[in-house]
Amino acid sequence: MPVLLDETLKQLGEAIQNALPGAVTGWKLAFGDLSIEAEAAQIVPVLTRLRDDAQFGFVSFIDICGVDYPAREKRFDVVYHLLSPKLNLRVRVKVQTDEVTPVPSAISVFPAANWFEREAYDMYGILFSGHPDLRRILTDYGFEGYPLRKDFPTTGFVEVRWDEEQKRVVYEPVRLTQEFRSFDFLSPWEGTDYVLPGDEKAKQA
Amino acid sequence: MGEQQIRNFSINFGPQHPAAHGVLRLVLELDGEVVERVDPHIGLLHRGTEKLIESKTYLQSVPYFDRLDYVAPMNQEHAFCLAVERLLGISVPRRAQLIRVLYAEIGRILSHLLNVTTQAMDVGALTPPLWGFEEREKLMIFYERASGSRMHAAYFRPGGVRLDLPPDLIDDIDAWCDPFLKVLDDLDVLFIGNRIFKQRNVDIGVVSLEECWAWGFSGVMVRGSGAAWDLRKAQPYECYEEMDFDIPVGRNGDNYDRQVIRMEEMRQSVRIMKQCIAKLREPAGQGPVSTMDGKIAPPRRGEMKRSMEALIHHFKLYTEGFHVPEGDIYAAVEAPKGEFGVYLVADGTNKPYRCKIRAPGFAHLQAMDHMNRGHMLADVSAILGSLDIVFGEVDR
Repeated sequence: MPVLLDETLKQLGEAIQNALPGAVTGWKLAFGDLSIEAEAAQIVPVLTRLRDDAQFGFVSFIDICGVDYPAREKRFDVVYHLLSPKLNLRVRVKVQTDEVTPVPSAISVFPAANWFEREAYDMYGILFSGHPDLRRILTDYGFEGYPLRKDFPTTGFVEVRWDEEQKRVVYEPVRLTQEFRSFDFLSPWEGTDYVLPGDEKAKQA
Repeated sequence: MGEQQIRNFSINFGPQHPAAHGVLRLVLELDGEVVERVDPHIGLLHRGTEKLIESKTYLQSVPYFDRLDYVAPMNQEHAFCLAVERLLGISVPRRAQLIRVLYAEIGRILSHLLNVTTQAMDVGALTPPLWGFEEREKLMIFYERASGSRMHAAYFRPGGVRLDLPPDLIDDIDAWCDPFLKVLDDLDVLFIGNRIFKQRNVDIGVVSLEECWAWGFSGVMVRGSGAAWDLRKAQPYECYEEMDFDIPVGRNGDNYDRQVIRMEEMRQSVRIMKQCIAKLREPAGQGPVSTMDGKIAPPRRGEMKRSMEALIHHFKLYTEGFHVPEGDIYAAVEAPKGEFGVYLVADGTNKPYRCKIRAPGFAHLQAMDHMNRGHMLADVSAILGSLDIVFGEVDR
C-alpha cells in the first residue's frame, strides 16, 4: 500500500510541475507527504490551478501556517496544505518570504484563507497583500511583537495582573521569580558550554 | 418630520455568554433582528501552545494536546503521536492500536454527547444536557481508570499507550455499551423528534458542499452537506481498516442534519467499541501496548529494578528524550469535530522545531459570518451550537 501511494504521489508531483512551469520550482516526497515548492508571487495561480484542474481537484482547504528560519535570507516559509477528496491525496505547497515582502493573499481562491493568514500575520508578522482585514487574531488587543518568531522569548515581555487600587488590569514588564529553565540535553556527555557555579577559577587556569 | 436616520445596531455577544460555548466575543451588526455581519473575536483562551511545544521534548508535548479540545482529549494526542511515529518510522503494536481506537471512539461519544445536548439547550431545552452528562460521567471514569485522569489523560504516547487496560475495565466498558444505545434512543425521543427543536434547526445554517470544501470544513460539517468523507474510511489509520461501521451522511446541510448525524455517529462508535473489545479479548489482541524499541518507549518499572539497560533508557528518555529525524510531516485524524491535523517540523533534535495545530473549530468558526448573514439573532446561538466549537482548540 505505501509503495503504491508513493508512486501515485510521484506522478502527481511531476504532473503539478509540468502543469505550472515557472511557478513551481520543485517537489519532494518525504515520509509519505508530497511537498511542492513554489514562487511566492505565483501562489494564487498555483492554488487556483490545483483547485480547478480536473486532474488535481484540490478543492478542500486545510491549512496555512508560517515557519521561521532566522538564519535564512528569506526567513519565513508559508506552508499551504490542501486536500483532494477526489484523488484522496494531500499536497503541501511551500513558498518563502521575508519580513517586508508580502505574499499574495489566497482569499480569492479559498475564502477560508482569511483567518489562517491573519494568524500567520499575528504569529510571525508575515504580510499578505490583498487581504481585506489583516488584523491580529489570537493575541491580546494591543499586543506588540510576533510571538512565534524564534527570536521572541517564550516568557514574552509583558505580564498582566488585576490592580486592586486602580480597579483595573495593568500591564507590567515580565518579572520571573525564577530563571526560565531551559535545559540543554543535546549532548550531555560532552559537558556544558556554560560555567558551573564554583568552576570559574578552574576555567581560568 | 424629515427623513429618519436609520442606523444598524451593534451588540456584543459574549465573552461571558452561556451559549458562546466558552470565551467567544461576537460583535453582531443587526438590522432590526436580522444579522448583517458577524465579527468573531477569538484568542481569549490563547495560551501559546505552539510556542510552548517548541521548548519541550516530544514526550513533554503530549499533555498540551489534552488541553486543546478538552471535550475529547485523547483524539488530539492521537494526531500528535501519529505524526511523531511517522517521522520515527515505527509501528504501533496491535493491542495498542485497538486500545487507541477504543478510546478515540469513547472520545467521539464524549464530544458528540456534549455538543448535541447542549445545542438543544441553546435552542431552549434544559433536560437533554442533564441526561447526556450522566453518560459522559461514566465515560470519564473509563478515562480515569485507564490513565489516572478524567480529562487530561496523556495516555497515548509516541509508540503506543502508557499502560495496558485492566481486564475488568474492558468488561465494564463492554457492559456500558448496550445500555447506552438505549439512552441514545431516549435522547432521540426526547428532543430529536421534538417540534420546537425542529423549528429551530431545520433549514437553519445551510451550507452547500462546495462552500464546505472552500471554507475548510471537515468532519460532521462536510457529511451534513452530503459528502461521505470520513478520514477513518478514506485514509484509515491504526486498525480502522478492519472495523465495520457506516458513515451517516446528511442531505440538506442544515443544523438539524448535523445533529442527527452526530446522534447516528455515536451509535456507530459503540459498534466500533464493541468490535475493539472483542478483538482485545482474542489471543491475537494480546501482547505489548507500546513499541518494544527501548529508545522510544520507556521500560516498565519492574524491568528497571533488574536491568541496567532499562534504567539507562529510563533516565535518558525522561531527561533528554528521544531524537526525531529531520523532516516535516502532516498527520491528521478524524476528531469528533472534524479533521484535526498536526504539521510537525523536526530538526533532528529532541524538541519539535515547529508544531502547527490545525484545529477543525478554527475553520468552522471563521465561517460564522458567512453562515449567519440574513439569519435572525436567535439563530446565531443555534448555528454556533451546531458548528461544535470548543475554545481550547480554536485559540490554542
